Amino acid sequence: MAYDKFNILKSAAVPLPLENVDTDQIIPARFLKATERIGFGDNLFRDWRYNSDDTLKEGFVLNNPIYKGKILIGGKNFGSGSSREHAAWAVYDYGFRCVVSSFFADIFKNNCLNIGVLPVQVSSAFSEQLFNAVYNDPETEIEIDLPTQTITILSTGAQEFFDIDAYKKENMLNGFDDIDYLQNIKSEIQEFAKGLPL
Amino acid sequence: MSKTLFDKVWDSHVVRKIPNGPDVFFIDRHLIHEVTSPVAFLGLKNRGLKVLYPERTFATADHNTPTINQHLPVTDPLSAKQLKALEDNSKEHGIRHWGLGHQNNGIVHVIGPENGITLPGSTIVCGDSHTSTHGAFGAIAFGIGTSEVEMVLSTQCIMQAKPKKMRINITGKLNKAVTPKDVALYIISQLSTSGATGYFVEYAGTIFENMSMEGRMTVCNLSIEMGARGGMIAPDEKTFEYVKGRTFAPKGTDWDKAMSYWKTLKTEDDAVFDKELTFDGSTIEPMITYGTNPGMGIGISQHIPKADKVQAGNATYEKSLKYMGYAEDDEMIGKKIDFVFVGSCTNGRIEDFRAFASIVKGKKKADDVTVWLVPGSHVVEDQIKEEGILDIITEAGFSLRQPGCSACLAMNDDKVPAGKYAVSTSNRNFEGRQGPGARTLLASPLVAAAAAITGVVTDPRTLMN
Repeated sequence: MAYDKFNILKSAAVPLPLENVDTDQIIPARFLKATERIGFGDNLFRDWRYNSDDTLKEGFVLNNPIYKGKILIGGKNFGSGSSREHAAWAVYDYGFRCVVSSFFADIFKNNCLNIGVLPVQVSSAFSEQLFNAVYNDPETEIEIDLPTQTITILSTGAQEFFDIDAYKKENMLNGFDDIDYLQNIKSEIQEFAKGLPL
Repeated sequence: MSKTLFDKVWDSHVVRKIPNGPDVFFIDRHLIHEVTSPVAFLGLKNRGLKVLYPERTFATADHNTPTINQHLPVTDPLSAKQLKALEDNSKEHGIRHWGLGHQNNGIVHVIGPENGITLPGSTIVCGDSHTSTHGAFGAIAFGIGTSEVEMVLSTQCIMQAKPKKMRINITGKLNKAVTPKDVALYIISQLSTSGATGYFVEYAGTIFENMSMEGRMTVCNLSIEMGARGGMIAPDEKTFEYVKGRTFAPKGTDWDKAMSYWKTLKTEDDAVFDKELTFDGSTIEPMITYGTNPGMGIGISQHIPKADKVQAGNATYEKSLKYMGYAEDDEMIGKKIDFVFVGSCTNGRIEDFRAFASIVKGKKKADDVTVWLVPGSHVVEDQIKEEGILDIITEAGFSLRQPGCSACLAMNDDKVPAGKYAVSTSNRNFEGRQGPGARTLLASPLVAAAAAITGVVTDPRTLMN
């Protein structure tokens, strides 16, 4: 399905500096049983957010009301493991529109791009600046500017350029998805298929 | 420029190159299961689209299915609903569906090769990261998200930037009790879980050439655990022998034609990789993991590394050991085990049960260990019976369950309770992977068998003649 357009996002951010956060943590397998894409945000980081009796785990950042916003800042190698797109759905459904990390796992990154969550990869040094800025002042605003491909910590003015391929950028800016594109070249695909050995 | 095996297969499947963007990449064969497909079918419905090539997609139920009493209705209503959705969607779109009880049913990455769906030089995707398994046949195979499942259903293509190329060479000879699983866990321990992110791997060297197809599947299966999109091994006589005669493999003159193409699927001598790594296979011992990702593995005789020796940040490492209830410098041998799981798309094939049986033969199951032996498919289940393995394991006090993904991801009732330790032949030791609070130690079927007999982490070499 086509998704929200992404242009410039200005928001406070939620810090999660752990490394190697895998998609089993983002959404545990037992919550993958839906046949529709609804309600996944409730189970985002389920086992880090809740005790086994469903009471809140106080130490976890999503349960700390001083941190909020549409940007999630994760540690290195964010989204590794299972290909479950449900992880990206949970991130989106919870209210995040952008995930920042110094390194993303491939499939999670693709899944985010396919549903309109912008993955922004920054240098380790900039990642550290982001965590520091948010810890110093949880209300500090981060600006993600997709047209100029820059991320800025508004309180300090620190800025970095981020990569995104031109095709995906155009999609994000316009809310298009790959199926729109592929549908338009269907006859070319069918012609191609005739020449395959298998 | 000289091409690698990966280049040859990739380049022959590019429908269109988008400047400054991904390739439109054609998929020969698509595998689907009940968990990651329902929303894709819903997407088709919402857009009013049809499946373009239903004969190129194959459906099996595996992720949330029970592994006992499969003849009875599935009791969990949500699982039952997903299974019904797969059946209904397959029927509506004319897709082959091998549901619970069907002779061809089993774990998606086990039944693909068994039925000749997996072929050299082909491109294969599935909404499951362990699709990399099929790379053992010289195919490009990788996991995709549900949006991409919808793309493949509706256009047989996805949009992918071509990954970089890495070759991993292993030289020398493997020691006693060192299995393909140990080789893979060793590589991941050297590269970390992100060491191959952005790459597609080719495994090369005599160790892989000498490996059985089952072993190659185990190695390629685990490629994703070092971050790689997939891994592949050049097809050879062993590959062709395995594929020949299987249901969906080419027959007659088509076979001859396919063979002449498949024989060209090799990396050329002067082809260049973006990264090349070489390891000495003779230094590998049976492996076991001690932490909460597959990169946290060590030789079974070693001690848990100290924090200053590992790559991940201290907070992450500390959290991991705390979750496991272990401490730096602990010895792994002798650690108490409560559960043993043999199965999954990583180690649920006949060779894995042969290996398990070779250790437990003539011995008895440890009293206080719960053991789940779950074949990857009905074909594997039948082989276990026909080869007399069932008799050996029954005699030793074990029983066999029915095929499915089972405790690998614990979507069904096969859950390890909170705080308990499981030696598992599966692929992930993430927090809660085998049940909320469960603690997983990844290892080979030999190490699993040794734990099942002794109730503690045991070096299998001490139990072998």
